Amino acid sequence: MNRRVQLALANPTVRGWLVISPPLVYALLLLVGPILVVVAYSFWTQDYLEIRREFTLDNYRAALGEPIYRDLLMRSLWISATVSVVTVVLSYPVAYFISFRGGRFKSLWLFAITVPFWSGYLLRILSWKVILGYNGIINSGLLALGLIKEPLTSILYNANAVVITLTHSWVAFAILPIYVSIEKIDRTLLEAADDLGDGPLRRFLRVTLPLSMPGIVAALLIVMIPTVGDYVTPRLVGGKDGVMIANAIQAQFGKASNWPLGSALAIATMLVVSTMALAGVGLLYGLRRLLR
Amino acid sequence: MKLFGWRPSLLGIYTVIFVIILYLPVALLPVFSFNDSATPKLPLVGFTTKWYASLAHNSTMHQAAWNSLVVGISTAILATVLGVCAARATTRHSFRGKASAAGLIMTPLFLPEIIVAISLLVLLLAIGMPLSLFTVILGHVLFCVPYAISVLVAGFEGFDPSLEEASHDLGAGVFETMRRVTLPVLFPSILSSLLVSFTISLDEFILAFFLSGTDPTLPVYIWGQLRFAAKLPNILALGSIMLAASLLMLVLAEFIRRRAERRVSAQV
Repeated sequence: MNRRVQLALANPTVRGWLVISPPLVYALLLLVGPILVVVAYSFWTQDYLEIRREFTLDNYRAALGEPIYRDLLMRSLWISATVSVVTVVLSYPVAYFISFRGGRFKSLWLFAITVPFWSGYLLRILSWKVILGYNGIINSGLLALGLIKEPLTSILYNANAVVITLTHSWVAFAILPIYVSIEKIDRTLLEAADDLGDGPLRRFLRVTLPLSMPGIVAALLIVMIPTVGDYVTPRLVGGKDGVMIANAIQAQFGKASNWPLGSALAIATMLVVSTMALAGVGLLYGLRRLLR
Repeated sequence: MKLFGWRPSLLGIYTVIFVIILYLPVALLPVFSFNDSATPKLPLVGFTTKWYASLAHNSTMHQAAWNSLVVGISTAILATVLGVCAARATTRHSFRGKASAAGLIMTPLFLPEIIVAISLLVLLLAIGMPLSLFTVILGHVLFCVPYAISVLVAGFEGFDPSLEEASHDLGAGVFETMRRVTLPVLFPSILSSLLVSFTISLDEFILAFFLSGTDPTLPVYIWGQLRFAAKLPNILALGSIMLAASLLMLVLAEFIRRRAERRVSAQV
């Protein structure tokens, strides 16, 4: 072997980069590359069948300014923020239980909770449609029991149905980061709080909750950013009032065939949701300082 | 009061209810797939297997199942190979920029899938690559590598590096060490990663929807059938079969992973 190559291979940094390069190059080519192309498209113009490659901000003006898109974006942000907060509130006690009381069944609990997340995405949303539908399980069940005279119309094809379905889909994913952060808490700190006279509630608010904040923040982000772009849930259970921004993005790449506008909608959504998420994180850490 | 040696607490009861609600909607699919009614509603009217029987003669569905199988197996193998590289680099090597490189590879997990899907679509069409099962595989590998890594990292962490060093010292070359030491020790994690990647690919809809062109995978086929209300019971039957297959593979993957973990801790 060439001496220079041998020397280079002796360097741990070179060896490390070499080993990680296949998946890294794959991600660069098929994730970073495509996103850069989308960014480029977002500054171009659709001219019937041609793409005019001249820099313009018109697409962003339309994406953030036109009432249809602005309303869709606001609604998507509102839905994803609601879903992430509800998800974290519902998951926290479960993560807490598994970490403190799980004993030797900890990994079994975690497995049981993650299984639904790894299978049946489309089917899960479909089953919510079947449950909440006009002739669905809740309505037909209540009718059969004689509790209602005619089917409830308020439970499907609106934003509430989207929130319920998305929360159910993502709740398992929020438990993992919260669980990890609770698991890391040094248990002697809790004993110290006990010894110093803190009751259970005070101990939780002043020790457990602040120390598990990184997990809460991670869970909020992990849920909020992907759900803002959910496409299937609004299509299946959202109806007219539950349409979200992903449906508009898809339309630009499908029927409407305006790729530059679709690209600008996608990039603008990502930027806005990231900014909002960062602001939320800042707020939470500010709150944590207040608790101490 | 004790139930099966477990003292119920408010938190425990909440967790049990939580898990039941987590599974309830999914469990409804098999229940209604055996119900002798064209629409899924209460009360249940009678037991039938006709919705399953009608799947046997549905050649479009069979083609979609075959497509899913091809995509799933290819994705599982490619994602696991790339996952092994990444897991090895993050557990065995320390180098500058490791965290950012690993972070980039994990990103598809934390982005809205539609963003990943449309960017891939735009790039593929821009370079003139026609949509096919191959383009679905490209997308699925990107999406499955992070899951493969999370399974494989655990395998590498339980794998004593001195075993490989010993093999080198005894005169084995790189490939012999890989064949006789590395792969056998990692085998359970690799198998588990293959199963998890296959399950995720089988289940994945958005990327397949945008990238599959005229060859649908099973979820894309199901999506197309949802327009026809009369087809719903058949879809419930097909969905139940898919859920059962996914559940079986995930349980198998977890079982393999745990047995390997126990073996490693027994050695120490």
